[in-house]
Amino acid sequence: MNPGSNSDAFLADRARFVRTETVRLSRIAGAGHYSSTFSAAELFACLYYDHLKLDPANPAWEERDRFVLSKGHAAIGLYPILADLGFFAPSALDDYTRLGSPFGDHPDMKKIAGVDFSSGSLGHGLSIGLGMALAGRIGGRDYRVHVMLGDGELHEGQIWEAAMAAGHYRTQGLIAIVDRNTLCIDGTTEEIMSVEPIEDRFAAFGWAVSRIDGHDIPSIRATLRALKPAGEGKPQLIVADTIKGKGVKRMEMALNWHVGNLVGQDYDDVMAELMGEEA
Amino acid sequence: MAEAQDQSEIFRGTQAGGALRDARSVQGTPAAAAPAFILGEELADMADADPRVVALTADLASANRLVEFKARHPARFFDMGIAEKNMLTVAAGLASCGYVPFAATFASFCALLGAEQIRTDCAYPRMKVRAIGHHSGISMGFYGTSHHATEDLAMMRSIADLTVVCAADANALRAILRESVDHPGAMYIRLGRGRDPVVYGEVPALRFGQAIRLREGRDITIIATGAVVRATLDAAALLAADGIEARVLDMHTVKPLNLAALEAAARETGAILTVEEANIVGGLGGAAAEALVDMPRIPFRRHGVPDEFAPVGPPAALYAHYRLDAAGIAAVARETLKRA
Repeated sequence: MNPGSNSDAFLADRARFVRTETVRLSRIAGAGHYSSTFSAAELFACLYYDHLKLDPANPAWEERDRFVLSKGHAAIGLYPILADLGFFAPSALDDYTRLGSPFGDHPDMKKIAGVDFSSGSLGHGLSIGLGMALAGRIGGRDYRVHVMLGDGELHEGQIWEAAMAAGHYRTQGLIAIVDRNTLCIDGTTEEIMSVEPIEDRFAAFGWAVSRIDGHDIPSIRATLRALKPAGEGKPQLIVADTIKGKGVKRMEMALNWHVGNLVGQDYDDVMAELMGEEA
Repeated sequence: MAEAQDQSEIFRGTQAGGALRDARSVQGTPAAAAPAFILGEELADMADADPRVVALTADLASANRLVEFKARHPARFFDMGIAEKNMLTVAAGLASCGYVPFAATFASFCALLGAEQIRTDCAYPRMKVRAIGHHSGISMGFYGTSHHATEDLAMMRSIADLTVVCAADANALRAILRESVDHPGAMYIRLGRGRDPVVYGEVPALRFGQAIRLREGRDITIIATGAVVRATLDAAALLAADGIEARVLDMHTVKPLNLAALEAAARETGAILTVEEANIVGGLGGAAAEALVDMPRIPFRRHGVPDEFAPVGPPAALYAHYRLDAAGIAAVARETLKRA
C-alpha cells in the first residue's frame, strides 16, 4: 500500500463499501451492529487506505502500524476492508458468523489475519495499545498504534487507567480515535453517563487532543497526516464527531439500530440508498 | 486497593521488633531466617539473557522485590500504579509484540480484580502473559478479606487455555519462572508470601503438568500445592512416627492437573487428601474431586480453607485455626484414613 496515493473519492467509495458489506454480512448473521459501524466508515477507510503502514502479505510484520478496534462490535466493518486489502479471501466472509467461521461479531486475532488484537469487552483496547506502544519503545521500533474507541466506551474505568498511564509514560506513538457518535444503547451518552468534555479530560491526563468531523474525508486525512511519530511525547487523541447510523436515513441517530436486521424490501431499499449515495 | 505496600517490611520480616508474627513461617522459623523473596532477582537474571523478559507491577515493587528487576533492567520495567486491570492488559499488548511479561501484584487484586483481563486479554488470545499473584490465600493474615485470595485457584482454573501453577518455595518459583518463558499461552503463577519455608534445597526439575513426588508412602497420598507443601511434608513426618506412611506430591500445576499421578495415587495408596491454602470449592481439591469421580471409589478428602471468609489474625494463627499447619494436616490425614 502507498499511503496518501488514493483520492478522496476512492476513500468515500471504500466507506460506502464498508456500509454495504455491513448490510450484506448482517443479513447472513441475522443481526448486526449497523449504526456503530456506519459512524466509523470514513475513519476505517482513511486509516486502512490512506494511513496505516501495513503489509497484507505479511500480517505479522513487526514494523507494521497497529490498529486495535477497541469498540470490537464494529468488526463487521473491518473484515471487508481486510479482505479487500488481501489479508484473506473475500469469499471467507460468505459464511460470516456461521458455525466454525473465524468471523464473529467481535474479532478474534488468532483466527483472522490482520486483526492485531481480539476485542469485544469494552474498555480494554487502550491498555492493549499502550502495551504495544511500550513494546515498540523497548524494541526501538517506530510503528504507531491506533486504537478506536467508542464514546460510550469512555464510561469504562480501565480507559482512564490507560489514559493516565499513557500520559505518564509519554507514548507519543499511541493514538486514540474516539468515534463520537453520541449514542450508546439506552440513550445519548450525555443522558446515560456524560463523557464531555472529552478533549479536556484527556488533555488533563497529558494527551495532545484534536477534534474533527469524522465523516469529512479531507479533514480525517489531514489530521492523520499531522500525527506525530512514535517517540517520547504526549499520546495523541482524535475525537471524531460522527453520526450514528450515518448513510442510512432510517438509522441515523436512531437508538433502535444499534443492533438490527434488514431483510426483504428493507434490505433492498437500504442497499439502494447506500449505492445512490455515490451517484 | 493495595494500600499495604508501605508496610512491605512486614513481609520481609525486617520491621523493628522482628518478632512480627506475620513473618513467621508455618513451622515457626524465626523471621530473620525467612527465605528471600527471589522474584525480582530471578527475573532480572533471566532478563540478562533473554530480551523478551519484561516485568510489571501495580505499586508493589518493594513488596514483591521487582525493585531488583527495575534496578537492573529499567527500560523493561513498568510500574503501572495502583491499576491492576490496566497492568494486565498492557502486559497482553506487550506479549502481542513478542515479549514475555511477568505482571505481579497481590493475588487478591491480580486474580480477583483482574480476572476478566486474564481471561479475555491473556488466555483467550493465548498471550504469553505470566500473571503472578503473590501473598495468596490467607497469608495476608490480619489485613483481612480484602487482601486474602482464597478464590483465585477456582476462578483461574475455570479459564480455558490458562496454565495455573503454584510455587511451593523459592526454588520452585525459580523453576517455574524459567520454565514459563517458552511455555505457550498465558499462565497464572500463585505464590505465598514469597518467603515461604524451604521445600527444595536446589532448583527442582519441574515440568508443568507433572507432579513432583517428594515422599514415598503406601498408606495415603497427600497432594499439596503452593506454600503448604512444606507443612504437608512435615505432617508426613508426624504420620510416619505413628506408622502411617504418606506419599506426598507437590501438585504445582493445578491446571492442567496431572491425572496420571492422581490415578496412581488412588491405585497404589488407596486414599487421597488434598491440601491447599485456598477455598476448597473449586481449587486443587475440586480439581481432584472432579477427576476422582471417574475412578474407583477410595477415601478422599479436600482440606483447605472452608467456604467462608477467614477471620483476621496473624498468618501462623490462621494456619493453625484452619489446621493448615503440620499438626493439623496430619490430624486431617488420620481422620481421612479412619473414615476408610
